[in-house]
Amino acid sequence: MVQTFNGLQLGVMLFLMAAGLTLVLGIMDFVNLAHGSLLMVGAYVASTITGWTGSFLLGLAAALPAAFLAGVLLEVAVLRHFYDRGHLEQVLATFGLILFFNEAVRLIWGPAALFFDPPSALRGQVEILPGAPYPAFRLAIIVVGLAVALALYLVIARTRVGMRIRAGASNRDIAQALGLDIGRLFAVVFGAGAALAGLAGVILGPITNVEPGMGDPVLILAFVVIIIGGIGSVRGAFAAALLVGLVDTLGRAFLPILLRLVLNPSNADAAGPALASMLIYLLMAAILFFRPHGLFPARTG
Amino acid sequence: MRRGTGFGIAIAGVLAATATAVALPAAAQEKLKIGFITTLSGPQGVIGKHMKDSLDLAMEHLGGKVGGLETEVVIGDDQQKPDVGLDVANKMLKSDRVQFVTGVIWSNVLMAIVGPVTRETFLLSSNAGPSPLAGKECHENFFAVSWQNDQTPEAMGKYMSEAGVSDVYAIAPNYQAGKDMLTGFKRTFKGKVVEEMYVKLGQQDYQTELTQVRAANPKAVFVFLPGGMGINFLKQYEQAGLRQQFPLYNVYTTDGTTLPAVKEAALGVRSTQTWVATLANPVNRRYVEDFRKKFNYIPSFYGAQTYDTFMLLDAALKKAGGKISDKKAIREALRTVEAPNTRGSLKFNTNHFPIQNFYLQEVVQDTEGNFTLQVKGVVFSAHGDAYAKDCKMAP
Amino acid sequence: MIGDRRRLDWTLLVLFAGVPGAALALDEPYLLDLFARVLIFAIAAVSLDLILGYGGLVSFGHAAFLGIGGYAVGMLYQHDLGSGFLQFPVAVLVSGVAALAIGWVSLRTGGLYFIMITLAFAQMLYYLGISLKVYGGDDGMRARRSEFFAPIDLNDQTQFYYLALAVLALSLWLGRRLVNSRFGLALQGARSNERRLRVLGVPVFRYRLTAFVIAGALCGLAGALFANLNEYASPSTMHWTRSGELIVMVILGGVGTLTGPVLGALAFVLLESYLSEALEALASGFGQHWQVVFGPLLVAVALFARGGLVGLLRPGRGE
Repeated sequence: MVQTFNGLQLGVMLFLMAAGLTLVLGIMDFVNLAHGSLLMVGAYVASTITGWTGSFLLGLAAALPAAFLAGVLLEVAVLRHFYDRGHLEQVLATFGLILFFNEAVRLIWGPAALFFDPPSALRGQVEILPGAPYPAFRLAIIVVGLAVALALYLVIARTRVGMRIRAGASNRDIAQALGLDIGRLFAVVFGAGAALAGLAGVILGPITNVEPGMGDPVLILAFVVIIIGGIGSVRGAFAAALLVGLVDTLGRAFLPILLRLVLNPSNADAAGPALASMLIYLLMAAILFFRPHGLFPARTG
Repeated sequence: MRRGTGFGIAIAGVLAATATAVALPAAAQEKLKIGFITTLSGPQGVIGKHMKDSLDLAMEHLGGKVGGLETEVVIGDDQQKPDVGLDVANKMLKSDRVQFVTGVIWSNVLMAIVGPVTRETFLLSSNAGPSPLAGKECHENFFAVSWQNDQTPEAMGKYMSEAGVSDVYAIAPNYQAGKDMLTGFKRTFKGKVVEEMYVKLGQQDYQTELTQVRAANPKAVFVFLPGGMGINFLKQYEQAGLRQQFPLYNVYTTDGTTLPAVKEAALGVRSTQTWVATLANPVNRRYVEDFRKKFNYIPSFYGAQTYDTFMLLDAALKKAGGKISDKKAIREALRTVEAPNTRGSLKFNTNHFPIQNFYLQEVVQDTEGNFTLQVKGVVFSAHGDAYAKDCKMAP
Repeated sequence: MIGDRRRLDWTLLVLFAGVPGAALALDEPYLLDLFARVLIFAIAAVSLDLILGYGGLVSFGHAAFLGIGGYAVGMLYQHDLGSGFLQFPVAVLVSGVAALAIGWVSLRTGGLYFIMITLAFAQMLYYLGISLKVYGGDDGMRARRSEFFAPIDLNDQTQFYYLALAVLALSLWLGRRLVNSRFGLALQGARSNERRLRVLGVPVFRYRLTAFVIAGALCGLAGALFANLNEYASPSTMHWTRSGELIVMVILGGVGTLTGPVLGALAFVLLESYLSEALEALASGFGQHWQVVFGPLLVAVALFARGGLVGLLRPGRGE
């Protein structure tokens, strides 16, 4: 039961990363491997500001605009020139950006991992079930993640901007022909996506350490989420994020135990963790086998 | 046709440039060259920094001369990848023509380079000590100046047995060193191990495992989670409120590279180690004091072992009369010389792995507010490893 | 055009053939190791170019086959089967079969989905390698050079180098034959207009699968050579960053040219080896930060060098 909460927490975390990424992919057909670097920027800025002021909230307040700015800057300076290129060049360029950002962070902050605490109000435990205490900060992550998801849903489903985003995601050419300023729309979406990644970084900071390359494993998982959910679909990203979070967590917790029933313990101990790591990729391959465009394909044309 | 020729010239240019680039350092001979492989780039670069700083200090203490010889140290970055480490080692052997290869943090990098290096010359590990190299695959040119993987957890197992701890939940990453560590622990631990959990190497979030720990309700938790993994684990252990509930014991998890980040979350946690910064022997005092003066942070065992490696090399070369080409004399000297070291005791076993003391240490906060480790006692004195009997090296 | 490229191929091969002589003359045996690495990565990159450049199929998991080939050599050696006559065919066969399975599933998708599903399979194999405790798990396993009959002895670095060179020459020749055949033309046609070829009755899926299997098998051969060079096989060969590096080599050199990937592999390996030294020479202590320079360099290549290095060398060739 508590493991379900863990899965949920990983899920909303992934959703924060995947939401921005899936829209960028859906609208501009742009592969941004450097999205994980924005998470890193958010975490580093939050860690530095929190370290100076001692206030987590100030750290958060500084990190979101910083990630937003970094995103917009990146978009204007580099990424913009790659929209009309193929996926290949986009992959190459943003792969280069990852290397640059990881090493630049090491130059500025040094190679040692940084560390900052969650706000003091969230440092304790909350009893979610009798006898099952749960870290308050992780509970807060779930709440924030669900709130962001709800807000995103409302923006996309109910507002004019949202309507444009939906139009852009489902068929770019037609949307453009109808007079939609795709360029501006994209800048907005990109900035928002960057800020969400920054938020993910701030949230991740107190749990794991803040270090160069910290965004890369999350990025790969976020891509898995997007693919499972269907490119361009925020709804799909949300469902897939929760699915991946649950499968990964429950797999890690229970697969080794299950394997012990069929294999001898020493083999099970060796194979269990590795198979658990494979599980989400297996899930993705299986889903794509039956639904080549993901669970909720957004693109029609 | 003309294009082809132009192109050919371009390539020939590249080849020539490369050739000269490699050829230049080889020009000067007749001095001592030592290769030093560590991890400088990537997330684990902080360990490499600890080692490189210690190397610099050792060279300063030796007046830039190892064994009284003009010395050049060639530093290579393995990026924590075995095949990159192998390329670095090959370059050191064939291009720089080093007479000794030292350093090496990771056991998988070590396993990749051990064959090619020992075929040519000496390999002195300053950290990794995997079990195959201590037993069946031991080699006369390989020396571990650090320890054998199993030994440190053996000490922890002994201490915990003596302290009457039982019902232990054990966690380690799913790779060779992780398995060696738990094997060593179980060899001396008399109590019950309720569960052995293997996690993914490099894992960041341990909430799933921590929930399992709570459900299993053990009496204590034993972990081996080196580097960044340890930082994450210790923080999350504290956040989950488990530290008060289940006492934590570890090897290679609370150390000089992780404590500056973990801080009070690790206060009071106990581990075992062959070296502690507060050991009172004169060599160690000088090392720690000068290191802190020069680099302004507290050294870690990675650094101390690097320092010891160079002190050993210096002493052995002097004993062998400074003749680099006399491999036999140098081997004999490495095996038997009494080199100054930071650990208080260090001798080589028949398999070229150390026989040494293992100390119990605890995380404390010193008067300046730094979080550091303090010696709490000796668990093993002059302890050898379990594999030496399988090593069939001519004595 | 074609003749021009052939000339380029030959120039490259002849120059590569001169490396052992140069190494001997300069008394620099390390050059042989370095260039053997170049050759092996060149073979892998050429194999990737077959599907990526000509088929338009961006595989982000190509390093998996490098790993499979390596594991074939390593595992057979662990069971005391050191013969090259066994190891090399097995490496090719197993990677081919793996490519058949992976391709059969992956090729149902397209575009980005294809990129990610190939990555997923590579990750699965990576974790499978880690879980194989008997074969060293994450630490990998040691192997020796494959055994052939006298006078062939791969322990002789020069002989090994020429074997790798021969395999590269063979892959280039095979690649050229393939892309200029009806099969290759159909493959390229499907890249730009899949529907039309379908209408014409071309079995696009089967053609792509065939290309995928050939590329996988060839990369497996490169993997077998790589394990031979290193005398070592490990899961790290299959890590996703290695797949990324292979893509970088192909784009750096020039997509869909076969010669380009060879140049790309050359440039990549040399940069990886010497960029940090060059930077260290410029500013002490800066060498370890070589990726700060290398990253933007990749961005620049993606931005300006549309045809890759081949395009730079022969500016007449536009896209």
